[in-house]
Amino acid sequence: MAKLTLKEKLALLSDAAKYDASCASSGTTRRSSADGTGLGSTEGSGICHAYAPDGRCISLLKILMTNFCIYDCAYCINRVSSNVARARFTVEEVVHLTTEFYRRNYIEGLFLSSGIIKSPDDTMADMVRIARSLRHDHHFRGYIHLKTIPDADPALIEEAGLLADRLSMNIELPTDAGIKTYAPEKNPHEIRRAMGRVELRKQAAKERTHTGRRAAKFAPAGQSTQLIVGADGANDATILQSSTRLYSSYKLKRVYYSAFSPIPDSTAALPLIKPPLAREHRLYQADWLLRFYGYQADEITSAADGGMLDLDIDPKLAWALANRHAFPVDINRAGKDMLLRVPGFGVKSVGRILSARRNGALGFGDLKRIGALVNKAKPFITTRDWSPGGLTDAANLRARFAPPPEQLSLL
Amino acid sequence: MIYAPRLPRLGTFEAWRDAARALASNDVSGAQIDWAMEGSADSLFTQHTPLPDAREMKVPKDFVPLAKLVCASRAAGAHDLLYRVLLRCRGNPYLLKNRADPQVQQLEVWAKNVRRDMHKMKAFVRFRDVTPEGANRRRFLSWFEPEHRIEELIAGFFTRRFGDMDWAIVTPEVTTRFEGGALHQDAIASARLDLSDETEDLWRTYYANIFNPARLKIKAMQSEMPKKYWKNLPEADLIPDLIRQAETRMRQMQDEAPSLPPVRAERILERLPKRNIVDEMNACARCPIGAQATQAVAGSGPPDARLMIVGEQPGDREDLTGLPFVGPAGQMFDRIAAEAGLDRASAYVTNAVKHFKFLPRGKKRIHQNPERSEIEACRVWLTREISEIQPVLIVALGATAAHALTGTGANLMKRRGKLETGRDGAPVLITLHPAAILRSNNSDMLHNLLRQDLALAVEMLDNAQYM
Repeated sequence: MAKLTLKEKLALLSDAAKYDASCASSGTTRRSSADGTGLGSTEGSGICHAYAPDGRCISLLKILMTNFCIYDCAYCINRVSSNVARARFTVEEVVHLTTEFYRRNYIEGLFLSSGIIKSPDDTMADMVRIARSLRHDHHFRGYIHLKTIPDADPALIEEAGLLADRLSMNIELPTDAGIKTYAPEKNPHEIRRAMGRVELRKQAAKERTHTGRRAAKFAPAGQSTQLIVGADGANDATILQSSTRLYSSYKLKRVYYSAFSPIPDSTAALPLIKPPLAREHRLYQADWLLRFYGYQADEITSAADGGMLDLDIDPKLAWALANRHAFPVDINRAGKDMLLRVPGFGVKSVGRILSARRNGALGFGDLKRIGALVNKAKPFITTRDWSPGGLTDAANLRARFAPPPEQLSLL
Repeated sequence: MIYAPRLPRLGTFEAWRDAARALASNDVSGAQIDWAMEGSADSLFTQHTPLPDAREMKVPKDFVPLAKLVCASRAAGAHDLLYRVLLRCRGNPYLLKNRADPQVQQLEVWAKNVRRDMHKMKAFVRFRDVTPEGANRRRFLSWFEPEHRIEELIAGFFTRRFGDMDWAIVTPEVTTRFEGGALHQDAIASARLDLSDETEDLWRTYYANIFNPARLKIKAMQSEMPKKYWKNLPEADLIPDLIRQAETRMRQMQDEAPSLPPVRAERILERLPKRNIVDEMNACARCPIGAQATQAVAGSGPPDARLMIVGEQPGDREDLTGLPFVGPAGQMFDRIAAEAGLDRASAYVTNAVKHFKFLPRGKKRIHQNPERSEIEACRVWLTREISEIQPVLIVALGATAAHALTGTGANLMKRRGKLETGRDGAPVLITLHPAAILRSNNSDMLHNLLRQDLALAVEMLDNAQYM
C-alpha cells in the first residue's frame, strides 16, 4: 500500500470523526498566553470558527487518531467489518495540524478520538502522548477534548484528565440490551464504572490538600457522552430516562443526541434510514428542559404518545397544552419556576421579567421588548393589560401552533 | 447653545466618556448636543463651543460596560441615546435593569449587535503565515471587515490568544499589530488584502470531510455564517459544491448494498479476548435495579471474618466507588462501631441489595427503598456470601437487611438487640440502620441504641470465642 500523504490521512480521519456530534469548546478554566510563553487561550465561552453546510459548528479539529478498530459496532463506519480505507496519524502529525490550524485561527483546539487498536491501553497511551506533547512541548493552552476508552488503565485516564479540558465516553445506545445487540464488544457496565471514576476524580480535585493547596484541575470542562437516535428501537422516553440517569449519576455536562445517519459501507445488521433530524431536535429541546427549566423526564414524556415526543410542537408547549389547569400564569406575580414553564419564555426572558417587574407591573408590550415570544406565550399568561379569556382552554389551541396538515401528493 | 463633541476613531469611548461627564455634570440636555465622529460634516448650526468643566458625578456600575459597546456601534444616534440614558440614570440607579424600558432596550439591542460582531470577528479572522525567512518568531497577517468599530474592544482577545507570535489584523479603518509582545493600533485606511498560504489547503480538506451530506441544513449554516463573511474565508468557496453533491452522496450510500466484511475482520474478532465472567453480579438482571446503577457493590472484608455486617443497599458514593459502607451512613457506622469497641476491619461488611436504587432528580440521585421482590431477587448473592464467609454472627442493620436475613423486616424497634435464627441458619442480631440516625430528629437516642447493640454483638462474639 502506498504511503498516504498528510492530506489523504486528514481526509480519511476527519470523515471518520464526523459522526461525533460534540464540538463544544466552552466551560473550561480561563487560560491565556498573553505572557508570550505559549499558544492559545480559553475564555469561558466557545467559538464556532466555521459552519459546515450541515449547520453544525466547527469549533475543534475533530479527528480520529486512527480508524483501524478491532470492535464491530454495527452503526459505525470504522467497525472492523467495514471496508473503509484505513489510516493512522503519527503523534507529530496530529500536533502539527492542531498548532498550525490554531495559529491561523481556524479552531479552538483538538477533539481527538480513535478506533481501538491492539488494546485499549495502547490506544489510550498514544492519545495521551499527543495531549502531553501539545501541552508540554508546544505550551498549547487551547481546548483539548479526549475521547476516553473505558477499559483503559485508570492511570492513563488520570493523566488524560490532567491534560485535557473534557473527557468523554460514548454510550451510543440508550439501553444495555441495545449495546449487546449492536456493539457486542462494548461493555456498558465498564463505561458506567469509568464515568463514575472520572466523576470521583473530579470531586477529589475540588478538595484542597491538608496544606490548603488546591489540587490540579481534572477535566475542568467535565464529561460528556453521546446517544445515537433511531438506530435501535429505543423510544424517546427511554432515551430521556437514560440521560437523566447519566446527568444525576455522573454529573455529565452534556448528553449529545446524534440522529443515526447513513454511513458508506453499511452492514446488513442495521439498515440505513433517513436521519431522524426532527426527532433529534426535539430530544435536544427536552434535554434543555431537564437541565435548565426544572422539568423531570417523566413530565416531559407523560404527554408523549407511545413514548415518542410530538414532532410538530416542542416539548414545552406539549407539556403546557396537556397541563392547562396550571395556566394562565400571572407574569407579575408568578415565581421563577412557573415562569420557566410558560411556552415562549426562555431562561433569559424570565431573568429579565423578574428584574424588570421590580420597576412596576409589566404589560404585554413590555414582554415584547424584553424579548419573549409573546405570540406563543399569549394563551398562557395574564399581564397588566392582557388576559387570555377562553383562549387557554380553547379546543383548537394546538392547531394554532402545529404546522398545517399536509395533503399527500397523488403522484 | 449647541455643543458639538467630535469623537476620534481610536479612543472613541474615552472621548465620549470625557465629553459626557463634562456635559452631564453641568446638566446639559441631550437636545443641546450634536454627537459625531471626527471628520464628519458639521450641520448648519454647529458651533464648536468649548465644553464646560467636568464636575464629579456617579454612574451605575453596569453603565460603563454597556457604554463601551454602544460607543463602538455604527447605528445612527447611538452616542446621543447613550447620553440621554446617562442623564436618566442619575435619578434612577436601577434603570438599566429594566429591559422593558424602550430606551434601555434600544441600547441593549445595539450592544448585542456589537457583541455579535465581536464574536464573529473572533471566529472568522483567518491568519496567513508571512514569516520572513530566518525569523525566530512566526508572523501572521489577516484582513477582516467588521461591521462596527470594534477593533479596540477585540484586540485583547487576540493578544491573549496569540501571545507567542507576531500578527497583524488589517481592517478598512484600523491596523492592529502585535510585535514582540507589544500592541499597536493605528487609524489608517486600507484596501482589501488578498491573502493565502499552504496550510489553507489542509483546512479546506478538513472542512469538506467533516461535513455530513446526510444532514444538509443550509439555513442553519447561513444564519451563523452569513454570506458577507464568506469572501475572506478560505473554506467558503467549497460550500456550493458540497451542497450540490450532498443529495447524490446520500442516495449512493443508501442504494449500495451492505458490504461483506473483509477477511481480516473475522480473524481480528476471533482473537479478541472473550469477556470474563467476573462480572456475573454486575450483569445480574433478576430485578430492574441493576440496569440503572453504575455497578454491583459486593461485600468486603477478610474471608475468615467471624462477624458479618449487613446493610441495606449501596448509596451514591458506594455506587461510584464500588465499595460498601463508604458514604455518610457508612462513616456514621464506623464511628459508632469504634465507640462500641467493634473492630470494623475484622468484620465482613456487605448489603442486602447489591445495586443502588435511586430516582434521578436533576443533578442528584434520591435514594429509594428496595421493594420486597427486589430484596428477594438479590438474596442469592447474600446467601452466597454467607456460605463463603461462614460468619459466627450476622448483624442486620435496618429493615431491609432484617427482611433479607430473616424473611421479615417488620417491628424492627421491638426486635432490635435480640438474637434470631436467620433463613440461612446463622444467628442474626437485629438492629437499626445508621442512616436512620442521620435522618432522625431524635438522633442521640438512636445513636445510643445502635451503640448498645453493636457492643452486644462484640460481647456475643467474645462469648462465642470457643464455639
